[in-house]
Amino acid sequence: MALMEFETVIGLEVHAQLKTDSKIFCSCSTRFGCEPNENTCPICLGMPGVLPVLNKRAVEYALKACLATHCEVERTNIFDRKNYFYPDLPKGYQISQFTLPIGRHGRITLQGNGIPKVIGITRIHMEEDAGKSIHGDNLGKPGKSYVDFNRTGVPLVEIVSEPEIRSAEEAREYLMILRSILEYSEVSDCNMEEGSFRCDANVSIRPVGQKEMGTRAEVKNINSFKFVQKAIEYEVERQSQVLRQGDQVVQETRLYDANRGVTFSMRSKEEAHDYRYFPEPDLAPIVIDEDWIKRAQSGLPELPEEKRDRFVKDYGIPEYDAGVLTASRALADYFEACIRTFNEPKAISNWIMSELLRELKSANKDISECPVTPENLAKLLKMVHDNTISGKIAKTVFEDMIASGKSPETVVEEKNLVQISDEGAIETLIDDVISANPEQAEQYRSGKDKVIGFLVGQVMKASKGKANPGLVNKMFQKKLRG
Amino acid sequence: MSASGFDVQTVAFLARLKLSLEEEDRLGRQFEQILAHIDKLNTLDTSNVEPTSHAIPLQNVFREDKAETRFPDEDYLSLSPAQYKDHYEVPQIIG
Repeated sequence: MALMEFETVIGLEVHAQLKTDSKIFCSCSTRFGCEPNENTCPICLGMPGVLPVLNKRAVEYALKACLATHCEVERTNIFDRKNYFYPDLPKGYQISQFTLPIGRHGRITLQGNGIPKVIGITRIHMEEDAGKSIHGDNLGKPGKSYVDFNRTGVPLVEIVSEPEIRSAEEAREYLMILRSILEYSEVSDCNMEEGSFRCDANVSIRPVGQKEMGTRAEVKNINSFKFVQKAIEYEVERQSQVLRQGDQVVQETRLYDANRGVTFSMRSKEEAHDYRYFPEPDLAPIVIDEDWIKRAQSGLPELPEEKRDRFVKDYGIPEYDAGVLTASRALADYFEACIRTFNEPKAISNWIMSELLRELKSANKDISECPVTPENLAKLLKMVHDNTISGKIAKTVFEDMIASGKSPETVVEEKNLVQISDEGAIETLIDDVISANPEQAEQYRSGKDKVIGFLVGQVMKASKGKANPGLVNKMFQKKLRG
Repeated sequence: MSASGFDVQTVAFLARLKLSLEEEDRLGRQFEQILAHIDKLNTLDTSNVEPTSHAIPLQNVFREDKAETRFPDEDYLSLSPAQYKDHYEVPQIIG
């Protein structure tokens, strides 16, 4: 029997922390890395009789997130109580948005392999984060859990995609684009390690051609882009095996274990998930008028997609380059700062994408921590362009600049690396090479073109890479064939 | 489950309440009465009334995004039944 072919169906739920200074309903700090339970008060601890008051900036950021993802803004949106018991939720309910979320019907466009694909966004809603639990002997005794409420009440947006993602690769791209949009619009740091950008994946499979959705599993606890892809790939494979064996996929929540590269069942989803949502009586409705939307819209910077298109149009660089350069706003700004000093976009783009990103990656640094300023990188490339140094020497100079933060002029001068373009000096070198290699010189003279590479190489070696290779080439021709 | 669709056992489970049979019976009947009473509201014609989500005509009640410690000397942790290393200690959540 032929193996059943399956199609993967993925929907993603992203929780992004809004970068406010204070929590969503109280004035406690949202700062990461404080002592456990340092940032708590009667409101976020859920004491009886307290009154939550909404942080205006959280709404402004959520609104920006909606506009940046082309959502329709719900002019009157409200908070609801989502009731469930869990120790990291001190009130016994989470304040979230259910019936009237702030945004709906948005979209994100994937670039894929050059064929754009639109993924719908079902909704964006605001909510408060829960606390952090540590289990058993990770902190204290087995049989106990330990709760830190610092994160309780930190403002989040939850961004829910339509189940229109068809592969782990697409899921990864969706997340990368969503993250860069949120970063660009300055509503979230999107720092995965600190938990300010988290993702749950709803994964199901169905036989190719089938319209109905298969039973899905929700995979939680995925905290890096690499793991998103791996967790989904694992889950698709697991579900395929279940179905091929003639069994049924169980609807459940699964956790991803990054160490073992597997997902495992956390709890069955069938049992009563009855959240009994109802409107939060302590919070007034949020009414967003046209004026507010206009102000938020004008506060949005150029977004990654627009920037990419502009880079292609204005700088004449390939789509691919533009995509890499605009993946982060800081990198795009760096690129444009280089151009202001030296207007050769493709040369700069090439250098950034190869040398610069490689060096930063190996030093585990972000572009914002790059020791080479854009002005200095531009000056370095201009020196190559003006034949002051060769492309090969430039790489050496660049390594020095990365290590020391010095300007290219300083490095070139200190190491005496200026390209030799003085014909007299080069002629001496050429004569030496000819007399040391009479056979090759003769071969070249009698028409064997390939030997030129060897001869030029000898001069370059003798000059420690400083001779101007174009000039050397020309002078050999003149001398031996002229 | 009763005729009105009210299931006292489910509601008790969701509220983490353990009810005796006698309580189930008594509370079940009381809830039925309450629901029947509330149902009277459904007999009103509300077709010309705007839906509302809030009892008071208020909107856009905000605070500015300013972080501050409201009660710096308050030790909330000590109010809990058990603590350990600045954490609230609770029964084990997952195995």
